[in-house]
Amino acid sequence: MNRISVNTAWCKGCGICAAFCPVKVFTQERDGTPVPEYQERCTGCKLCVLRCPDFAIQLEVSGDEPK
Amino acid sequence: MPEMKYDDYLVKSRMPLFWCSGCGNGIVLGAILRAFAKLQLDRHNTVVVTGIGCWGKADDYINTNTFHGTHGRALGFATGIKLANPELKVIALMGDGDGATIGGNHLIHAARRNVDITAIVVNNFNYGMTGGQYSGTTLEETYTTTSQFGHIESAFDLCRLVEAAGAPYVARSHVLNVIQLEGFITEAIRKKGFSFVEALSPCPTHYGRHNGMKTAPKMMQWIKENAITLKEAEKKPQAEWENKFVIGKFTDKESVDYSTRYEAVMALAEASVSKGVSEREG
Amino acid sequence: MNPNNSIRFIQGNEAIAEGAFAAGARFYAGYPITPSSEIAEISSRRLPQLGGLYIQMEDEIGSIAAVIGASASGKKSYTATSGPGFSLMQENLGVAVMAEIPCVIIDIQRSGPSTGLATKPAQADVMQSRWGTHGDHGIIVLSPSSVQECFDLTITAFNFSEKYRTPVILLADEIVGHMKEKMIIRKPGTYDVTDRKQPACDPADYKPFQADADGIAPLAAYGSRFIVRLTGSTHDETGFPNSKPENADKFIRHYTDKIENNKDDIVMTKEYKLEDAEFAVITFGCSTRSALEAMDLARGEGIRVGVLQLVTIWPFADSQVRALCSRMKAIIVPEMNLGQIIREVCRVNDSGIPVIGVNKVNSEAITPFEIMEQIREVSKCRK
Ligand SMILES: Cc1ncc(C[n+]2csc(CCOP(=O)(O)OP(=O)(O)O)c2C)c(N)n1
Ligand code: SF4
Ligand code: SF4
Ligand code: SF4
Repeated sequence: MNRISVNTAWCKGCGICAAFCPVKVFTQERDGTPVPEYQERCTGCKLCVLRCPDFAIQLEVSGDEPK
Repeated sequence: MPEMKYDDYLVKSRMPLFWCSGCGNGIVLGAILRAFAKLQLDRHNTVVVTGIGCWGKADDYINTNTFHGTHGRALGFATGIKLANPELKVIALMGDGDGATIGGNHLIHAARRNVDITAIVVNNFNYGMTGGQYSGTTLEETYTTTSQFGHIESAFDLCRLVEAAGAPYVARSHVLNVIQLEGFITEAIRKKGFSFVEALSPCPTHYGRHNGMKTAPKMMQWIKENAITLKEAEKKPQAEWENKFVIGKFTDKESVDYSTRYEAVMALAEASVSKGVSEREG
Repeated sequence: MNPNNSIRFIQGNEAIAEGAFAAGARFYAGYPITPSSEIAEISSRRLPQLGGLYIQMEDEIGSIAAVIGASASGKKSYTATSGPGFSLMQENLGVAVMAEIPCVIIDIQRSGPSTGLATKPAQADVMQSRWGTHGDHGIIVLSPSSVQECFDLTITAFNFSEKYRTPVILLADEIVGHMKEKMIIRKPGTYDVTDRKQPACDPADYKPFQADADGIAPLAAYGSRFIVRLTGSTHDETGFPNSKPENADKFIRHYTDKIENNKDDIVMTKEYKLEDAEFAVITFGCSTRSALEAMDLARGEGIRVGVLQLVTIWPFADSQVRALCSRMKAIIVPEMNLGQIIREVCRVNDSGIPVIGVNKVNSEAITPFEIMEQIREVSKCRK
């Protein structure tokens, strides 16, 4: 399974990742902090990583060599 | 040089970014740094020139050479930097107010001269830094802190403007289309000559808030819904797309850049010296 | 005469351009304006012959920006303008101060305000050259009174700008710029050329605003082994923004101190017959010429007059003028404005002697007779 982690020190809770994930992996806490609740759905498209304005999302796609 | 990853160009010690939650600037910054990595730009040979504004603070997070000048004048500084050392990769980052309103004259002339600079304008439709006043790209009938009864001026189509001024590379995308945006930026940096990329981007704090789009996702959705690709637009009558954001590559052509042309001037000038000498001797 | 030198009969503006080439300047960006345009025209022809670059920008704002940028890329750079263009340059002049970027700005003064008596001479940009850009700062301003000085002081202007990492203004005027005189073009090797200090440290340790013991930070060029961060915003040694009050205080004082603390080196004056003088004329630029003639006329009438020419206008020659005030009976200050240098003279006139201006703003040069008239007046009432 792909592993998504959010760097909460950099994340500002804007909701972009949650709003535009094609398979709705994220839910959000009250302050906007995203929670990758449905990680198992993740297709590894990396759009959330590319669209996060705060460089706060790390994605490890299973099978990817850790770099 | 060891292989550079995109975050090797990021000044991590200054994170988190200064910009508001949901500000599109960070997305454009990411696209630029990934383009740098794709092109394996040498930090020592790259100069990022910024103007003044929220987007103008982008250089705080980039660890290449940098020049942070005055509001609207980034292309003036960039022109001198590039022409004095044509080996440098020079990238100018400007807001719509910065690069296209107060700095509009420099923009068209840099394009006309075809100085080998890549200009990346983040168009968030207003002056973010100073509290959301209208700029030269604010849309008609929208609201800003200085157009509280609806804006009565029409907006510049920056891509058409820069294209008309003669730039060999002109493209527009928006931050939701980040992969396309990154591709345009990469091509633009690779291009020899003046290249221009406009990134439509949310300023949820000001333009969004004043126009019923308090959050970044809402404003990004609005940009997306009002966008049309250049290919689609070309197939339809103008009336159907003239109020939309046309997305795509407007120009991508070859055109001899200023520094290359100046080499010819230098050759003629040198020849005139040797001629002058022989005349004096004779 | 040094056999290497050549004698020419040329215009002040041409001598300024020659001085720039002689100093090693290889980049010009400007926007044409009378009475400075000859400098642009000559530069456009000569710079490409010397492997340098000339570019005509869309306005003076872009011009000074390009000059600053080119200097950051390691080329000695300059621009030439006059009143209206000099006004447009003021904002970016502050960038050169703040980012500590060497460059030379030549202002061939003309009558103002605004378009004014277009292209006619004046000396009314004295205060603008000192305080034109906003915020506290020090600045070096030199003013030539002859074609020879146009050449020599342009070289000095570049040398000071490189040495102190600062913009330097050459404040000439239409009279000197358009006047033709015999002068000596000095040949390389017969005059000093200063180049900016380069960092000696490991590139990883380089901080573009870390001053050495002499108060000046080495400036590497873009494209070198060093990463260079330059900014017009308040920054610390690294070139990253730093808004801490103590940091702002330190750097803002530095911009003034690095000039003021080196006045011994920077302030240049020329003294004429001051040894036995009772009255002194303090002046600069084109008005020096009339002052010297007036001095001779006065001496012919038995009035012991001398002249102090301010070659460096800013920083002001406080100690020289103060000392002069203490031993003169009166001082006369001719200037083609309504009284700019005279304010400075009065500021240091601790001995309270009479200081009298000769001011003319009708676009005509101050004549020796007009200065002479004042000399006669003061000498009468002092007897
Ligand atoms: C000469 C000058 N005029 C005005 C300002 C004030 N100012 C700073 S940023 C800015 C506008 C910024 O808007 P934009 O360029 O669109 O960038 P954004 O903040 O939206 O990223 C203005 C007007 C200034 N710094 N300098
Ligand atoms: S997009 Fe980035 S900053 Fe925004 S909520 Fe998601 S992780 Fe946080
Ligand atoms: S990688 Fe794609 S699918 Fe996975 S969480 Fe991010 S946006 Fe959703
Ligand atoms: S004010 Fe607007 S442009 Fe500026 S950081 Fe905030 S969202 Fe971005």
